[in-house]
Amino acid sequence: MTAIVSAENLTVAYDDFLALDAVSIDVAPGESFGLVGESGSGKSTLLRAIAGLSPVTGGRIVLDGKPLDVKHRDKAFYRQVQMVFQDPYGSLHPRQTVDRLLQEPLAIHGVQDAERRILRALDEVGLGSSFRFRYSHQLSGGQRQRIAIARALIIEPQIMLLDEPTSALDASVQAEVLNLLEQVRRDRKLTYIMVSHDLGVVTHMCERLAVMKNGKVVERLSSADLVAGRLKEDYTKNLMVASKGFVRAASMA
Amino acid sequence: MSQSTLQTTPMTCRQWLMSDRPQSRLQARLGRAYMTWQRFSANKLAVAGLCIILLLILIAIFADVLAPHSPVIGNLGGARLLPPGSPGYLLGTDDQGRDILSRLLHGSRLTLLVIVLVAIIAAPIGLLVGAISGYAGGWVDAVLMRITDIFLAFPKLVLALAFVAAMGPGIQNAIIAIAITSWPPYARIARAETLSVRNSDYIAAVRLMGASPFRIVLRHVMPMCMSSLIVRVTLDMAGIILTAAGLGFLGLGAQPPLPEWGAMIASGRRFILDQWWVATMPGIAILIVSLGFNLLGDGLRDALDPRESGQ
Amino acid sequence: MSTMLTVDDLRVSFPTRSGLIEAVRGVSFTLGRERLGIVGESGSGKSQTGRAIMGLTPAHAKISAKTLNFDGIDLLTAPAKVRRSLRGSRIAMILQDPKYSLNPVMSIGRQIVETLRTHENVSKREARDRAISMLEAVQIRDAGRVFDLHPHEVSGGMGQRAMIAMMLIAGPELLVADEPTSALDVTVQLEVLGILDKLVADRGMGLIFISHDLRLVSSFCDRVIVMYAGKIVEELAASDLGNAKHPYTQGLLNCMPTLGTNRHPLPVLDRQPEWAL
Repeated sequence: MTAIVSAENLTVAYDDFLALDAVSIDVAPGESFGLVGESGSGKSTLLRAIAGLSPVTGGRIVLDGKPLDVKHRDKAFYRQVQMVFQDPYGSLHPRQTVDRLLQEPLAIHGVQDAERRILRALDEVGLGSSFRFRYSHQLSGGQRQRIAIARALIIEPQIMLLDEPTSALDASVQAEVLNLLEQVRRDRKLTYIMVSHDLGVVTHMCERLAVMKNGKVVERLSSADLVAGRLKEDYTKNLMVASKGFVRAASMA
Repeated sequence: MSQSTLQTTPMTCRQWLMSDRPQSRLQARLGRAYMTWQRFSANKLAVAGLCIILLLILIAIFADVLAPHSPVIGNLGGARLLPPGSPGYLLGTDDQGRDILSRLLHGSRLTLLVIVLVAIIAAPIGLLVGAISGYAGGWVDAVLMRITDIFLAFPKLVLALAFVAAMGPGIQNAIIAIAITSWPPYARIARAETLSVRNSDYIAAVRLMGASPFRIVLRHVMPMCMSSLIVRVTLDMAGIILTAAGLGFLGLGAQPPLPEWGAMIASGRRFILDQWWVATMPGIAILIVSLGFNLLGDGLRDALDPRESGQ
Repeated sequence: MSTMLTVDDLRVSFPTRSGLIEAVRGVSFTLGRERLGIVGESGSGKSQTGRAIMGLTPAHAKISAKTLNFDGIDLLTAPAKVRRSLRGSRIAMILQDPKYSLNPVMSIGRQIVETLRTHENVSKREARDRAISMLEAVQIRDAGRVFDLHPHEVSGGMGQRAMIAMMLIAGPELLVADEPTSALDVTVQLEVLGILDKLVADRGMGLIFISHDLRLVSSFCDRVIVMYAGKIVEELAASDLGNAKHPYTQGLLNCMPTLGTNRHPLPVLDRQPEWAL
């Protein structure tokens, strides 16, 4: 498999703290790859390192066969790779209307016919044109996340980095946004790298995944293996058990 | 004649502004401004402050029409040092027989000129320095902030005095001198806001679009600094008026016969015991205008709090 | 089982510039020495219900109820002093994130001791001993050391256990837990829930467990109330969840992806306007 994105021995260190410790992953084109772990596992750091938001202190990232410059990403990179953040309340500029938010990536990359693209983007994420001139505080969490997705998609990237895109949303809204993400991926044939702490979400959305703990990859496996319980590492087994939910102690009358 | 199929009941103006489905950029902006106005007008004192300032502006515009006498030519022969309430001279006259009311009304123009020019010069400088400093970090931040510290270390009036003394007296130089000493607090405020905004997800999102740092600072970071800055500038207006008055009092600001309020206090100082009105009337005018700006600034601070914007 | 808490037609509303927001619109239930789960999404009014029972609703809000009664005491008309004496010693509340609910400038031990000495007249020595044994009861191994630590020096799970210790030390009869494990990692959640389970069972407390997670609540509680838009839409026994009648409850049960279920696309909740009426 020729990977479209791969991290080779990637290390991210903040002073003494090692957020990522020589991590390597490979993501095939058109695949949906999951990163699972608890807080402090380094899964979000890995995603941000690929995006260029975390400082890389060792190893390298290869995109489409070409290694990326550690310090600087060029505009072409951003045309190819986009990110959706976890917190819908923080990822949209509070002073800008939806229209302005969607225009910004188009303006930066000099894309013409912004009008048509904005309307199409809103339509694609299931929001009508009536949303176009609202401010983000006039939108619900689910609507904001849809706008964030529209913003990421509007310049037509090939790879989407998803940092727990639904964990801050209500349960009923999560399903809608997950369905949207799936549909978008099918329609546009995108590659996803998705971070989540929820095994149910990750196995639903991704084909292969990597389990992380304390900045290292503990196990790499397919979703099918995870669901069937074909696990090698104890940590992964613990995670599985924990996601099954709480079992009450012998009941007291 | 085609019939509208969308709306059959006409919306009231208020409904249009408060609509949560704005149809255009203009409607969205006006709606937001309306919400801010509602928050502001709930505070009665703030509205009083606003009225005072509006009155100041009107007086400045219509001074020619409102003033009963000339502000610079006085009746040296028959009308020196008349007390307030004298026929034709509502607030009395000064030692050169000039009507104090007319001088005050015309002096409002100078006051307004000083305020507006200082705000226009100092605020953008402070905003730019602070935002760049906060966003860039590293040595740029260190250098810019040390420059700011140097300016902040001197008491405002002393530094303004030094500049005016170097450049010569006159209202233009006074304005420049005050502006030079006023920008550092704005730089500090802009930097503080920038630091808190810099690590937020929406700025990260714009970086991930490939925006240049200039674009990010100008179009995304600076708008977030505006509220705090507007409040601070408004609250500073009172101080600016007093500094200008102080310079005028020392003879380094507006030169005679310009009816600048501070200069009027200075020249009336000699008669303060017997003809108190010559110095007191301009003093009261400064008091009222400063109060107006303070009330306005306080009201703006509540209305423009970015955390609540639109809520 | 005697009734500890009676709530009848509770209404909480907040006046805002753009009108009255009704957070809770006529909620009624009773609670004995059992575990009741209140489930809802954001805006359902579940947190405000819990806070109204505690007496922690913001001052500008309007609360009304036909009955809001705890063990014979009318919570609506009781004077502030009485309500204060109830809080901590008879009714306690656990909040979501120990980062925000524990005082960051006081050591953990000191906060627990403060709670105890507010309600009981004990010496400092005895208070310290009881605080340490309470920390041990929530399975904090190095209790003596943790006693002196500040909240930011311990992990989320430990902070939440410290909060539980602080809230249970004065021996309350009723515990209101508002999303007690939502801010924790999945493995830590189970530990904390296990501790809560044991403590509530051992002390025979009544528990109101407020959460957005229907499955979690149904595995922890005896009865479940589902809230939507300020009203109760369904009330059922936790074991009976499979027979949920209301479409919202059914939707909530089905909409989340779980390990092993393979539904593409996921069933989406089709909100009916009638539910909010």
